[in-house]
Amino acid sequence: MNIADKLQSIGCKALKRFERVGRGSLFLWQILLSLPYIMRRPVLLVRQLYYVGVQTLLIILVAGLFVGMVLALQAYIVLVDFGAEDSISLMVSLSILRELGPVFTGLLFAGRAGSALTAEIGLMKSTEQLSGMEMMAVNPLQYIIAPRFLAGVIAVPLLTSIFMAIAILGGFFVATEMLGIYEGVFWSQMQVNVDFYSDLMNGMIKSLVFGFVIVWIAVFEGYDCIPTSEGLGQATTRTVVHGSLAVLGLDFILTALMFNV
Amino acid sequence: MDIERGKITAIMGPSGTGKTTLLKLIGGQLKPDTGTVHVDGENVHKLSQPALYDLRRRTMGMLFQSGALLTDLSVYDNVAFPLREHTKLPEVAIHHLVLLKLEAVGLRGARDLMPGELSGGMARRVALARAIALDPQMIMFDEPFTGQDPISMGVLVKLIHDMNHALSMTSVVVSHDVGETSSIADFIYVISDGKVIQSGTPMELKHSNSAWVQQFLGGVADGPVPFHYTADPLMEDLMQDAK
Repeated sequence: MNIADKLQSIGCKALKRFERVGRGSLFLWQILLSLPYIMRRPVLLVRQLYYVGVQTLLIILVAGLFVGMVLALQAYIVLVDFGAEDSISLMVSLSILRELGPVFTGLLFAGRAGSALTAEIGLMKSTEQLSGMEMMAVNPLQYIIAPRFLAGVIAVPLLTSIFMAIAILGGFFVATEMLGIYEGVFWSQMQVNVDFYSDLMNGMIKSLVFGFVIVWIAVFEGYDCIPTSEGLGQATTRTVVHGSLAVLGLDFILTALMFNV
Repeated sequence: MDIERGKITAIMGPSGTGKTTLLKLIGGQLKPDTGTVHVDGENVHKLSQPALYDLRRRTMGMLFQSGALLTDLSVYDNVAFPLREHTKLPEVAIHHLVLLKLEAVGLRGARDLMPGELSGGMARRVALARAIALDPQMIMFDEPFTGQDPISMGVLVKLIHDMNHALSMTSVVVSHDVGETSSIADFIYVISDGKVIQSGTPMELKHSNSAWVQQFLGGVADGPVPFHYTADPLMEDLMQDAK
């Protein structure tokens, strides 16, 4: 293969990528236009909130608990050398609220709910359910996609806040029961040093952005997949990979913006 | 190509010649590169999206090969789906309508089953009940007979025929099942490679002098459509391997 051919194939691939980005953006725009439909059928949203939200709860609770507990242990190991083990709650809560809560929840959500969304929508496409709906003059964007999208955007911040709470409780348990920190010290350190806006709210904003991007990727991959078993498998994988990478990349950007580093 | 009101028009041809694509063009799911499609006097591809959905709601029903039933809804809810989406009928009226539609396809007793519990033929009958739920002017059948056992096939043939006459609908049947299709069709288009090869009543086609049509209708293995996919002569191919 000579250089011209190589350049051409690279160009082709790049064009395809851009085309996909364009399709994805248009798709997002159409979803946003379809959102008012949910007002007429709120039951669709409630059902999806159950599927993407409630059913992701268990993994979030377990992961949150262990992350908090491990964090407390690690914080203790570092801080005890400086005699600063009383600040353990500060380290646990700040890392959870600012970073680990939103990021972990985003990654787990992409793996648990995002992949399920892609697979479900992709299977609907391959079994002609989406086409069938179109021919019944029901817009699948309104009936299928929009409720799932909105449910994801609502669920991720809620799951994140639950993750944060349970992680801090896990840290609290380890700090007080295993490491002998006084309860009062644990809570008062947190109360004094954690800021509602710059710490908690920034974390929640992050989670909102992550949720938005993950469900966008998930529903788009499902809707745009090649309707074969192979295409569906690839689409599901792409949802998890792109969703996770997007979370990590965006986290860096958001942190840089929020904390004025 | 003209599809007459109130008649059963069949579109036949080998697999992969664009029969299903044609239905998708009529339904406005695909856009043609050239040419136009008119349904009920309106150019399908010039319509805005709301107008297209309105046209589909008023005039079109489509029966997909797989049935395309919504897998998370029961048979009853599947048939009720278009009624609930497009009408403001009270639930009592919907109940009556759904039972009547299911009765018409003989599946009133299966109303509580989920799509996963249905056989292929039953799924298609439910899909038919759903397609006629809003009493469309026209129904498009995408390969309604493919992969059916003889009894289900007979049931579907009878249903398509009877419904067309009872509801004075327009039916478009895309199929490559020659016998079944020509037994109910009023008019047949035979297409190949996206072109109409021949058209006429089933009788006219039977006496067609086109060798291609005769091969297709008779199911002959070799003819104008060759048995062998284009390849180098066998000897050459074998000798090449020997080298």
